[in-house]
Amino acid sequence: MDKNISFTLRIWRQNGPKEKGHFDEFQMKDIPGDTSFLEMLDILNEQLVEQGKEPVVFDHDCREGICGMCSLYINGHPHGPATGATTCQIYMRRFKDGDTITVEPWRSAAFPVIKDCMVDRGAFDKIMQAGGYISVRTGSAPDANNIPIPKQNADLAMDAASCIGCGCCVAACKNGSAMLFVSAKVSQLALLPQGRVEAARRAKAMVAKMDELGFGACTNTGACAAECPKSVSISNIARLNREFIKAKLKD
Amino acid sequence: MATIDSKIPEGPVAEKWTNYKAHQRLVNPKNKLKLDVIVVGTGLAGASAAASLGEMGFNVLNFCIQDSPRRAHSIAAQGGINAAKNYQNDGDSVYRLFYDTVKGGDYRAREANVYRLAEVSANIIDQCVAQGVPFAREYGGLLANRSFGGVQVSRTFYAKGQTGQQLLLGAYSALSRQVHEGKVKLFTRYEMQDVVMVDGRARGIIAKNLVTGKMERFSANAVVLATGGYGNTYFLSTNAMACNCSAAIAAYRKGAYFANPAFVQIHPTCIPVHGDKQSKLTLMSESLRNDGRIWVPKDIEDAKKLQAGTLQGKDIPEEKRDYYLERRYPAFGNLVPRDVASRAAKERCDKGFGVNNTGKAVFLDFSEAIQRLGKDVVAQRYGNLFDMYEEITNVNPYENPMMIYPAIHYTMGGLWVDYELQTNLKGLFAIGECNFSDHGANRLGASALMQGLADGYFVLPYTIQNYLADQSIWPAIKTDRPEFDEVEKSVNAKIDHLMGIHGKKSVDSIHKELGKVMWEYVGMGRTKEGLLTGLKKIEEIRNEFETDLFIPGSKDGLNVELDKAIRLNDFITMGKLIAYDALNREESCGGHFREEHQTEEGEAKRDDENFFYVACWEYQGDDKKEPVLSKEPLVYEAIKVQTRNYKN
Repeated sequence: MDKNISFTLRIWRQNGPKEKGHFDEFQMKDIPGDTSFLEMLDILNEQLVEQGKEPVVFDHDCREGICGMCSLYINGHPHGPATGATTCQIYMRRFKDGDTITVEPWRSAAFPVIKDCMVDRGAFDKIMQAGGYISVRTGSAPDANNIPIPKQNADLAMDAASCIGCGCCVAACKNGSAMLFVSAKVSQLALLPQGRVEAARRAKAMVAKMDELGFGACTNTGACAAECPKSVSISNIARLNREFIKAKLKD
Repeated sequence: MATIDSKIPEGPVAEKWTNYKAHQRLVNPKNKLKLDVIVVGTGLAGASAAASLGEMGFNVLNFCIQDSPRRAHSIAAQGGINAAKNYQNDGDSVYRLFYDTVKGGDYRAREANVYRLAEVSANIIDQCVAQGVPFAREYGGLLANRSFGGVQVSRTFYAKGQTGQQLLLGAYSALSRQVHEGKVKLFTRYEMQDVVMVDGRARGIIAKNLVTGKMERFSANAVVLATGGYGNTYFLSTNAMACNCSAAIAAYRKGAYFANPAFVQIHPTCIPVHGDKQSKLTLMSESLRNDGRIWVPKDIEDAKKLQAGTLQGKDIPEEKRDYYLERRYPAFGNLVPRDVASRAAKERCDKGFGVNNTGKAVFLDFSEAIQRLGKDVVAQRYGNLFDMYEEITNVNPYENPMMIYPAIHYTMGGLWVDYELQTNLKGLFAIGECNFSDHGANRLGASALMQGLADGYFVLPYTIQNYLADQSIWPAIKTDRPEFDEVEKSVNAKIDHLMGIHGKKSVDSIHKELGKVMWEYVGMGRTKEGLLTGLKKIEEIRNEFETDLFIPGSKDGLNVELDKAIRLNDFITMGKLIAYDALNREESCGGHFREEHQTEEGEAKRDDENFFYVACWEYQGDDKKEPVLSKEPLVYEAIKVQTRNYKN
């Protein structure tokens, strides 16, 4: 059975993108170990509402680690202490009685704070819109088994495609680079014959958009892949670099 | 009672869709450029529809409540998507998929719609592969399949345990391309509040900008709702936190029929409830039933020890295990449809055989599969699910059997639509889980993804043209008309009212109460008496909501509590609607089980003589008034209606 724990919660409060932020501190008492991190915040928010105060704002939705909505920076790690898990998949049994838990939003120039721990990740959508697709009209596809794809490539594409677009890689990177995110999509599509046709254009367009939107440069420190909740591999960045250089050489 | 015209085309069921397409009206390419369509929602149905309509030339306004279209809850679907490809050469066909779906739905779906669904299913797989969806493949490079509940063929395509994610990302890619092309305009963090009707037609919506708190007006030539189901009425469900039924209820309040609300799917393989702090339940994919075996102990003494925590599942020997699904349903075994599996679990637990401290759990055991296939193969197939299970429960499922229990998962009921997916309000369409048409009283696994994408890619883009070809609706309308003024005023008045209650209770605390009442009285086993009690209790909850609700902050700017309160207001109305329908339907079918109506063996007992119809509920101008029932009789031409049999 999981034990109950009590701890100090320091959580970031900020009223809007231009406002100055600060930490609020709360004493959390007797939280069951089988409570998820976000359920713990629900408990906090219930208490705040009961006191007539405004709850802490944070993004969350599916609470099973797949929608990519939750995005908390816990004790210096995006998505907290576990590897291969999102914030919503962290359970309180990972913390100890008497701990101080510090919670912040993703911090990146490209992800401005909306309120408290909620940030605007619209930049990711814009990168996708720049080229994160295969141009195929509804109804114009050939039979799905027309083009056999080596299982190895399909599996690699799947691994890259498992990116949930949470922005953790950007938050983890000291440069605020979005290379892991961009490379995951570029890799997925470049590995598949259907995606080869536009591979060069895609790599250039997505990288150009990423640069334009204020994401930093990649210096291969690898923090992104180490923190990625879906364990998206850093080898995707190498593949993106190859695709990008090949595309540029063709110009 | 109104007559209901479902506009089913002429001809044998296999030719209806072809006939329809041959004779429907189209809009020529030049005119498409002048027409605007609002699509609310960006899940599989919404994103695929918005992308397809944009490609065709229409101007699309697409709304979602999250920060990105990719967050819609379709993303969480795990197991797979069905399609009648027959790549496995195991005897599958369009007819068989159609038949399985109708039978799985316990003969309460509309035949013509289901046939069309089966017919276009194969195109969906083609489309997704072309978009770069990385489906699982065999070593020869061709697509792999697996089997799901309620069928005897392998027709389910999958991408690890993340099929919904990959399909949604495919649709999101297509959508992103249309945004790039300027054909779709995206509105993220917007929530539709109401539909605006002009001259008897849906011509726009009022949406709340969730960041600024401001109401904004949008007009169009047609409005498409792709806003999902109403499972969160029960508070605890596998739905995401923001999933809500407010758009559908807004349409209902405007006069759209709500069809078969009692048909709610309870998924058999979820992680059991623990404590009272939980915010949602986690699904373990149905695909686990391919290799997992479900059991409880044979001896009540063993069950008691499990409940007390003095015995572990792995220590109970084979001969003392009751594989109750294999025992009761030899032909389908652990792969019976969801409603059957859920009820069987409840039956065992009600009799005292539950295996955890709450007595509300059964085992899903992989020891036999691990022996047969080896741990590596099991890990390859289900590894991510096993990891997720361990993180949540702190139990290693390779060593100890998983514990599962049924939970609210999907809603088959929804806005009534005709064959064209149009509600009875002209110009208002409903697609995906938001409508009611294809799954009858129970949905088969891997069919939700199929229906969402079928509606969005291959059905609505055709049928909506038949409506948009009507030149009388072509002139664009401005949003400063009195119709928009009036709707916006009423939305603001509702919000002022909620903000002004100044009671003591939080939204969630009231929602939890609603959920408990729903689960207890309108859940897996329903009785007349229980439903009447439930209705009374829901009304009490409404009174509490109306008098004791507290929302902090102001209506200006971002206010999460206010947004939740607006949704809860609609969940309460939805809860009553489910209960009214369940009370009216004096039979058991699919996910709807009335304890008064069961066979001696405890199976659902349908009453085709009296209930072979779609129940269409009509709003009576006030949430407190009982809705009025109309019936769409079901007409089966291709399939003989039978008692469902998964035993032999």
